[in-house]
Order: sequence, then C-alpha cells, then structure tokens
Amino acid sequence: MKVLKLPKEKLDLFVSVVQQFGEVHAPVRQNGNYVFRRLDRWSEACLDYSRTILPLKKYFLPPREALFRYRPADGYVPAVEGLDKRIVLFGVHACDAYALNILDRVFSGKYDDPCYQARRRNTAVIGIDCRPDDRCFCRSMRADFVDRGFDLFLYDIGEYYQTLVGTALGDDMVLATGPLFEPVTQQDIDEYKRRSSIKRQAFRLDVEIRDLPEIFEMEYQSEIWDELGEKCLSCGSCSMVCPTCYCFDVFDDVELGSRAGERARQWDSCLFASHALVAGGENFRRGRARRIKFRYYHKQRGFVAEYGRPSCVGCGRCIAACPVQINISEVINRLRGIHNVPSR
Amino acid sequence: MFQVAEVPTYQPVLNRNPYQPQMARIVRIYKMVEDNYLFTVRFLDDQLAATFRHLPGQFVMLSVPGAGEAPISISSSPSRPGVLELCVRRVGRVTNALYRLKTNELVGVRGPYGNGFPIQRLIGNDLLFAAGGLGMAPLRSLLWYALDNREKFKRIILMCGSRQPADMLFREELLSLADRPDLECLLTVDADPSGGWGHYLALLPKLFDYVTIDPSRTYAAVCGPPVVYRFILERLLALDFPKDRILMSLERRMKCGIGKCGHCSVGYKYTCLQGPIFTYWDAINLPEMI
Repeated sequence: MKVLKLPKEKLDLFVSVVQQFGEVHAPVRQNGNYVFRRLDRWSEACLDYSRTILPLKKYFLPPREALFRYRPADGYVPAVEGLDKRIVLFGVHACDAYALNILDRVFSGKYDDPCYQARRRNTAVIGIDCRPDDRCFCRSMRADFVDRGFDLFLYDIGEYYQTLVGTALGDDMVLATGPLFEPVTQQDIDEYKRRSSIKRQAFRLDVEIRDLPEIFEMEYQSEIWDELGEKCLSCGSCSMVCPTCYCFDVFDDVELGSRAGERARQWDSCLFASHALVAGGENFRRGRARRIKFRYYHKQRGFVAEYGRPSCVGCGRCIAACPVQINISEVINRLRGIHNVPSR
Repeated sequence: MFQVAEVPTYQPVLNRNPYQPQMARIVRIYKMVEDNYLFTVRFLDDQLAATFRHLPGQFVMLSVPGAGEAPISISSSPSRPGVLELCVRRVGRVTNALYRLKTNELVGVRGPYGNGFPIQRLIGNDLLFAAGGLGMAPLRSLLWYALDNREKFKRIILMCGSRQPADMLFREELLSLADRPDLECLLTVDADPSGGWGHYLALLPKLFDYVTIDPSRTYAAVCGPPVVYRFILERLLALDFPKDRILMSLERRMKCGIGKCGHCSVGYKYTCLQGPIFTYWDAINLPEMI
C-alpha cells in the first residue's frame, strides 16, 4: 500500500482536486449534531467530529428508493435514476468504512444487489482518523482500523495527514494533485505509531466479543431479555442509525386511477411489530422482548455464524439514539456477568 | 491547475438484477378448496419457460402488479417443466389481488429460491410424506419428482390428512394415486360429514399405526400447521427417527427471497437461503424455528 503525506495547509487545494472526482459530501455541524451531506463550500466541513446522526448506508441503501416502475404494457422496468451519480465521501471514520465492508458482503454473494453495488462503485471514500468519545467501542469490535474499503485514508500526524492509498482511484486522486503529496519519513511513521498507540488506550467503553456467540446461546432464556423488552419502546431508532442494519421492506405503490406504479423499498427494523408478521396473522416475534433479543442475537450471534464477525462496529450511534438509554455495552457486559462497567 | 480525465461511471448490470420479476401468464386457475386455488403460470418468454428449472421444495417470489410480492412454494415437479403450478391460499394483500385476476392475465415471477429438498441425499432411500392441512402444497413437488423418478427411491409412503374430504388439497389427484401399486398412499380425514369417504377416518398421526417404517433408511418430509408438526414429530421420534432425517418446510415473512431484506431469519439462518427446507436437528438448534 502506498503511504504518503499531505501538508495540512494544502487540504483545501486537495479538496478542489477531489471535486473533479464527484460531488463532495462531508460531515457538517447541524443543530448540535453532525450530518453527512453535500457541501456548498469546503469551509462547512467539520472533520473533527464525533459521529454523524445517520451512517453512510444512506448513500448506498437510501431510506426509500424505487426499484422498479410497473406499467401494464411494459412489466417491471428497473429504476436507475441517480445510480450513476459520482460522490466523494470526505472524512469517513474507520468504523463507518468498516461498516461498508460489512454491508458489501451482505449485498453481494450469490445475489448481487445492483442498486447498492452501483452506488458503491460510483462513490469514493476518503477516510480520516478520529478520537474515541465515551460512546465509542470500535476497538472492542475490531473496527477502530480498516485495511480496505477506502480510496484514501488520512491520519493526523501533526503538521501532515499521513495518507494510505487504498485503491487505484485513490492513487488517481493523488496523482491529479501533482506535487501536493510528499513521501513519508521514518519520523512521520514513528509519529503515526505513537498517536495510534495513544488512541488505542483512549477508549472508555470495552466489551469482549470472544465466545460471545456461545454466551448468547447459553443465555437465550436469560431474564435480561425480558427486562430489556419492558424498557424498549420498539421505536427502531437503533436500527435506523446503525451502520450495519440493512433490513428493508418492499412494497408496491400504485398511482391513483391507473394500474401503473412503482415498487419501492425502505428501511425496516426487526423491532417493528410487523417485521415477522406473515399473511394470515401469525407473528413469529410478537413481544417486544423477543424482538429486541432477536436484534442482539442476529447481530452478535447469527451474523458471526454467517459472515465470521458481528454486524456491529462499535460506532455508538445506538447508544446515542436510544430514547430509553439502552446501552449495548452494558447489555453485553451484563450477559457476560461483568458488572460495574465504566460507562458515562 | 489540475486536469482530471473523466472518471468512468459504473453502470449496473440490469439484466442480472435479482429483483427483476419476469412476466408470466396465468394459464389455468383450478379451485381445489375454498380459498386455495392452484394457479398454473407460464413465462411469456418461451425460452425461459422451457429452461426454467427448480428443485422440489423451492419457492418463487410472485408479483401481482400493484399489490406487491409474496413467496409461494412451487407445487409442480421439475420433472414436468414448461409451466409452474402454484398453490396459493387467499390470505393476504398479494394473494387477495391474485384471486381477482383471471386466466390469461399477467403476474411477475422470479426465482427459484431456497435450498429445496436435498435430493442427492434422498436418492436410494425410502420417502415418507406426512402432510396435514395445507402441507401438501410444498411437498407435492417432491412427491411427483419421486414418482416420476420412481427407480431412484425405494418405498414411498404418503400420509395426508385433512379435517374433512372437502378440505383436502389435491384431493382428486391423491385419490387417483391411492391405487398405485408403487405408492403406499394413506389418506385420512378427521370427519366425514357427507359420507362416502372410502379411506381412513382418523387423525393424521394415527396413520403411523397402519404402516411399518424403517427410520434408518427413510427420510420423512413433514409439513402442516403447528399441531401437525407437534404430533407427527412425536410419532417420528418415538420410532427413533434420526433428527437429520426429518425434513420440514417453513414459511416466514419474505421481502426479497435472496438473503438481503432480513425478514425471514429464524434464529440466525435465513429461510430464503438456508431454508425453507430444514431438518428437525436445525429446528432444535434454532430457537425461533417452531
């Protein structure tokens, strides 16, 4: 992997080049929170941010999107508007890039999801490192560092951004800037290592995921689930803000007064009462306790069986979003029998 | 200062879109039982109609334009290609809309999906079918596959039960099979209010009293409402049936059929990918399954 460095004062110049590779989106401060959105000007970008409200999945699996238009004469015609739009996501944290790598696996495999894949390939990812706050536990989830899934990744080493070039597209971006990037020195590498080590020790939340799937099996009947079911409002906020939750609903919208219409999909949550409801009224997960247990079970146990790791990157968004303060690190630590965990 | 050559844009390969329904014509609607019709559909594309193959136990996603999409098990056997027979119960939004369609109208079909029955493992064994209620719908594909490839299997035992003769799915067909010498066909009803039923009058599990089964060389395919599962499983386990020789077909809410939408998961498996055919051993290990 190519390793270079970019002087911090040249960042504006670099962004002006990057613009030619697509519409630049970056975290922007909005009402006390951060959101990823299209920039009107670079000065809006806030690269020193904690976490955005919504994760990057909104770019690849939009909250609602048309899949097909239906006309009696033509059958189902794929909706392709916007799939070819080129976007550059600037300032992506490691956990969010890691989450995209997880979603990539879900939306490929035996059946490629063409909409997701098209957007993914038309979107460049430029990562930036970060400092953990009291809701981050990406280190526990092995997602505090990514080795792929980005085009460029910038690490703050003081006067410079040490830059990992992840893809040929990233390399093209570097080359397009001419002489902006410089080779790294041993001193830069040492500074990177020093900061990396400090970051690893800065985490205040920790969960142990070793043998966690087995513990989930053993604690399937635990009263913890009933307690959580009493507390949980089934609002689905945790799923909506989760960078690795991908459940979606599919439905047909008919235009009034015609037989034509649209088949669309939109984000769904396993916490919603209708998630496992089948025609005829049978519901395989009727109670809230069963649904929140399912969410934990699927992400921390089922996904491990299927994809080799939990579908959680420790971004802390579900902790921030939950209206009744359900905290995943506390839930996992309680299941493990660890009490008095440091949280807030 | 900087000039960038135009970056090529990736275009999705739309002809491989797994969500794309193919239009198919309803060529026959056969009313088997009240609210349980057999729809025979044929793809408009002749080549697709001729080359579409599925495994017994697989399902398709059936689109009724304007109403949506629903998973429907394929009731016809791959040994009889050309058309697909779908036994559909009128129960939800999509199926209600389907029932409003007439012969010659169009639906969308994509698939086949799911694992289907493990045919390679079944070959050379005895097959026991145990269907209660509407359970014949997903089992009929395997039944006809086995009958059409009779030499590949040893004994074939069919147990089918319903509340009364008028409720029995595929009744005429099953009655016509009753005389077949190479099939042990045990049909039963709980009650025979109109009289004239010439077969067993007993609850489905009772049929185990009338047949001997060698569990070590038999695969059992079971489908029915929960109460049927409970009592059939009881009888099978009493015979010391190995748990991985009991095959069951499950249904769940499904929106994509291809392991993306998340709705059909049981425990940690997706009904649409690792199912809908599960062994009883799977079922024990997936807490949400039954």
